[in-house]
Amino acid sequence: MADTMQFDLVSPERRLASMKVNSVQIPGADGDMTAMEGHAPTITTLRPGILSVEGPEGGADYVVTGGFAEISSGGVSVLAERAVPKGDMTQEHLDEMIEEAQQTYTKAKEAFENEPGPVDDAAKLLSDMVAIGDEIGLSSKQPNL
Amino acid sequence: MPSLKDLKIRIESVKSTRKITKAMQMVAAAKLRRAQEAAEMSRPYAERFNAVMARLAASVGGSDSAPKLLSGTGSDQTHLLVVMTSERGLCGGFNTNIVKKAKTHAQELLASGKTVKILTVGKKGRDQLRRDYGDHLVGHVDLTDVKRISYADAQGIAKDILGRFDEGEFDVATIFYSDFVNVVSQVPQAKQIIPASYDEEDQDESGSTLFDYEPSEEEILADLLPRGVATAIFSGLLENAASEQGARMSAMDNATRNAGEMIEDLTIEFNRSRQAVITNELIEIISGAEAL
Repeated sequence: MADTMQFDLVSPERRLASMKVNSVQIPGADGDMTAMEGHAPTITTLRPGILSVEGPEGGADYVVTGGFAEISSGGVSVLAERAVPKGDMTQEHLDEMIEEAQQTYTKAKEAFENEPGPVDDAAKLLSDMVAIGDEIGLSSKQPNL
Repeated sequence: MPSLKDLKIRIESVKSTRKITKAMQMVAAAKLRRAQEAAEMSRPYAERFNAVMARLAASVGGSDSAPKLLSGTGSDQTHLLVVMTSERGLCGGFNTNIVKKAKTHAQELLASGKTVKILTVGKKGRDQLRRDYGDHLVGHVDLTDVKRISYADAQGIAKDILGRFDEGEFDVATIFYSDFVNVVSQVPQAKQIIPASYDEEDQDESGSTLFDYEPSEEEILADLLPRGVATAIFSGLLENAASEQGARMSAMDNATRNAGEMIEDLTIEFNRSRQAVITNELIEIISGAEAL
């Protein structure tokens, strides 16, 4: 059996998971990464996406948005502003998140008319949300980009 | 001397007051337990968050490119006081203590020629501050409809504050709330959230490890600082919720006890007057019989 490490997933409201795992796939802001025992110490921010965990007692998937992951010698801790087990994700929940991202995008578009930076960021956020919807098999409202 | 009937009415009314305060005490006790649990659940997040922020702040903080949320605007002329109180009264000195702390702070600032702006969260604080600092109030957040404080509420408040910061409305922001120590003791706190200060003491032994950052340290910091504001407000709100229920519980406990004492005194007085009336009647009958 492969080596295991400590994994913690905490949101501001509660601790969602704390267990021994083999690997964690993290949706990092600059791309997905998989952390295993002995990974170099890293801190990365998260983009909205699916965090999947492989452990000796099976795996688990979580939908996370915003926050960061800290990979250290002691294990991986993920601090997400919003984290929901994939199975508990409902259509309403997704709609709500997409709606929120859509608003951010619309606002960014108005506020920074000639600066592509923030607008692109918001557009990316929105498409990340939609991608989550596709990934877990919920129909997402088509974004208005 | 009140009549027998008056006394009886008084006793009944105090008895029903006691019932109400007793019920409120029990409700507060139940709510307190839940509020305490919520506060405990939020602790791991806040601790980890602060540890990472302390590390980031230590490595980036010194440079000129440090974000304004960390290094400040370079001036401390305008202060925003975020006063977080409860929406309901009948919780002893809870609100008054927080407001008192905020008022002292505001006075000091005004005395040294600074501009003070006040944002209130919770109706009770606004009501108390309106008289003396009505001109300084710039906004109010209403949480009356919120049964259970969620992170989204804190985010909403943080967004409001950050929006004002971006507009250049203030340079320094401080939040006022009450720390929950135990049921009888809640300590009002003032905590500066902008520019943020992260204590080095939160760092654990991994503080010496060199971390890779993805994206760069600066970008991570810029992404996390606004979240730090929300996190600080969230823990403040949770501490407040627990403190409020704790304060209410002990206030209602006192009220129940006082009502009990009052009932005892009134009952003794009632019995005495009743005895006096009976004695009086007997004397009248006997003297009437003797006169015959």
